[in-house]
Formats: sequence, structure tokens, C-alpha cells
Amino acid sequence: MSAPSATASPAGVAEAEAPRLATAFWLLFRRDLLLAFRHRGELANPLLFFVIVVSLFPLGITPEVETLRLMAPGLIWVAALLATMLSLDSIFRSDFDDGALEQICLSPHPLAVLVLAKVLAHWVVTGLPLLVLGPLLAVLLSLPAQAMDTLLVTLVLGTPVLSLVGSIGVALTVGLRRGGALLSLLVLPLYVPLLIFASNAVGAAMVGLPVTGQILFIAALLVLSLSLAPVATASALRISLN
Amino acid sequence: MLETAPQPTVPPRDLTAPENEARLTAHRLTCVRDDRPLFRELSFTVGLGEVLQVEGRNGSGKTSLLRILCGLATPAEGEVRWRGQPLSRVRYDYWLDLAYLGHAHGVKLELTPIENLRLARALKRPHPVIGIEDALERVGLLGFEDVPARSLSAGQCRRVALARLLATRARVWILDEPLTAIDRRGVTEIEALIVDHARAGGSVVLTTHHAVRLSGCRVSSLLLAA
Repeated sequence: MSAPSATASPAGVAEAEAPRLATAFWLLFRRDLLLAFRHRGELANPLLFFVIVVSLFPLGITPEVETLRLMAPGLIWVAALLATMLSLDSIFRSDFDDGALEQICLSPHPLAVLVLAKVLAHWVVTGLPLLVLGPLLAVLLSLPAQAMDTLLVTLVLGTPVLSLVGSIGVALTVGLRRGGALLSLLVLPLYVPLLIFASNAVGAAMVGLPVTGQILFIAALLVLSLSLAPVATASALRISLN
Repeated sequence: MLETAPQPTVPPRDLTAPENEARLTAHRLTCVRDDRPLFRELSFTVGLGEVLQVEGRNGSGKTSLLRILCGLATPAEGEVRWRGQPLSRVRYDYWLDLAYLGHAHGVKLELTPIENLRLARALKRPHPVIGIEDALERVGLLGFEDVPARSLSAGQCRRVALARLLATRARVWILDEPLTAIDRRGVTEIEALIVDHARAGGSVVLTTHHAVRLSGCRVSSLLLAA
């Protein structure tokens, strides 16, 4: 907690002229975590949704182990995707409403980097818990132990993609009064490749097939979205604020 | 449009040359909202130590003009220039020197004034002398540093936003209704802040529905007729 004052005070001395990007990145990231922490109730909603959706399926379809096992990979990934969708709006909504987004956009720092700080905070708040909950729910659906590693790897590589790609959609719709439905229309199709490769990888691991190809594909998606999504989001934000 | 780091894309300038001194120029700005022209061919210059007061009725385009001057919105025609260069080329240079206080003040209600200002300073150029506490003291919020802004009154939230202007070093202040929800004594204090800033060589563009007394600096006014 004392880190920011330590980073801020050198900037306070006489000749410190140039604003530092690393400080801004860190403080913005920390601020978003702090805001999320002070809204703990909202934080839990997507996660509860994730747990409830997954646990409804055994009740609604069949508690039979064989069927559940077959559905487990796709089910967990679809639920993760929908849970992320629920929380996406929070990346920029409140900042847009209270004018903080204008202040961020008027910063002399590159907006894409600042956007990355916000998306990273969103991932820590919503993606990271999925890494814990996902395997637990997989046990509930009796996913074989040999596929557990693969599930975890796909979640580690895949959930940042959900936040990054989602941020483009939010940035485009944040200026609209009822952008919710439009957001899902924009973002869900972009999630499809990730969904296919991730659930396919877990399915293949279940029957002992190699999964390197699928994992590498997801890693490639992550690299692609990590490099392009912040730039696209930054441009979309400028359009939304115009 | 790729985001690039603030880098010297423009050739080194002689800042003492008259066309390069820190000044903000509006060049034949036209703003159209929903097919309705708000203003046409608007040109003016705000120089060092000058205060420009934008006046006009509700809906005459004051906020639109300020957002264009900030570089948040693009005008239908014309351009804004900073030190003689079009804004599209010197955006990051300009934002280094710009402080904007909008209708929505951008103060996070969940955070304390100190937390709010800490980020505000990091996002801009921190003032070398005036720290966060000093800025809060100058706007009369001493003793409220650690209170979440949600528990502050509307006027106090505005003051947090005003403290942002002081804690960062910006030459140009663009203020949209800075006196909203501010009490009478506060208005006098803010008038003093604006005059001080102009006297120190800064420029201010502001809109307000209050009668402000700005004595001791050059004040011009611009009337937007809808």
C-alpha cells in the first residue's frame, strides 16, 4: 500500500517534469482493483452466475456421470464466457458516467497502455477467480483427472482473451444508453474460436489425445488480442467520447 | 488511428517566436449537433495570461465548444491549434499542458480525495511544488483527505476536481461550469485561483452561469448565440 507514495514522491521533486507511464499504469491498475474491492457485492455476481449455471445442468439434463463428463468441457467454457460477458460493462461504464474516462483520455500517456491497465484489473477481478472455480466445477461434472491440467491451461490462456476482446465491444457501446444487447452481439461471435479450441482441447485430453495444437492456437489468440485489442479499444473509446 | 507515445513528432520549436508561444487558437470552428448547427466559423485566440469566458444560453453549444477545444470532440469544420500547430499533430504535447474540468467532474465517489488526486497527478504532469495535501488545503478540504468522496457534498466533490487543477501543472485550464454547487465564499476563492493562474501565465477558458469577478487579469468574453 505504501508503493504509490514511494513512486509518486520522486515525481514531486523540483525538476521531475515528464509524467511517467509506469506510475500511471500502476496507479490506474491499483485504482480499478480498489474500486472493485469497494464494490464487493457486484464482484461476486458473475462468479455466482458461473457456479449456478454449471450446477443447473446436472439438475436439468441428467446426473448420469457419462453424459456430464461428455458435456463438461463445453459447459464450463460456455459458462465462463457468459459470466465474463456479464461483467464486461464494468470496465468502462462507471468511468464513462462520472467523467473519469474523459480525464483518462486527456492524459498525455498513450491511451492503449492505460486501457491495458484497466483490462488487466478486470481480468484479475473476474478471470482469476474463474481459474479457481473452473476446476472445482469440473470435479462436480466428474471431468477425468487427466483432463484437469488441460482445462486449467486453457483457462489461464483463454480468460485474458475474454477480457481483452470484450473491452473492444464495451468501448464501442459505452456511449449508448442501452448497449447491453448490442455488446453480446458484437463480442460473442469473436469468442467463438476460443470456445471451439478450448473445449476441444479439454475433450481431447479426456480421451488421451495430444492437445499441443489447440493450446498453441489459444496462446496465439492471446498474443494477438494482447497486441491489437488495447489499440482498438483506445480508438473505440475516442469515438465513443466524441 | 494508432496511439503513439508522446514523442517529438514536430520539429523543435523556438518557444519565444510569436507564432509558437503557448496559445490556443480556434480556427473557423463549426459544430453541428443532430443536423442543427450550433455555431459556425468561430475563430478566436486565447493567449498567455488570458481568460476567455464563454457565454450563451442553454443549448447554445458551450459544452460542445469546450469539448472541441480539449480535443475530445472533433468539429464538423475548422481546427483547433496549439502553438500554431493543428491539434491532430500535437495532441499529446497539448494534453500535457491541458487540465479539463467537465460537466461530469470525474471524481470517483468510492475513493478518497487523496486517492483521486494521486491518479490524477499520475495521468498528467504532477506539479513540482504543490503536492496533493497542499492542493486540498487550497480548495478548503483540509480534514476531508481520507473521507470517501461519496460522503462529501456535491460542492466538496467539485472542490476535489478543482484541486486536480492545482496538483497538476497545466498551462491551459478548460473549465465547464466550475462554480456549480459551490457556495458563495467558494466562488470568491475559485475566482482567486483563476486570476492567480492567469497572472502566472496560464490560460483559462470557462463557462459559467454565475457572474464572476475576475480582476487583475485580461478577460475577454465570447457570446454564443444559438
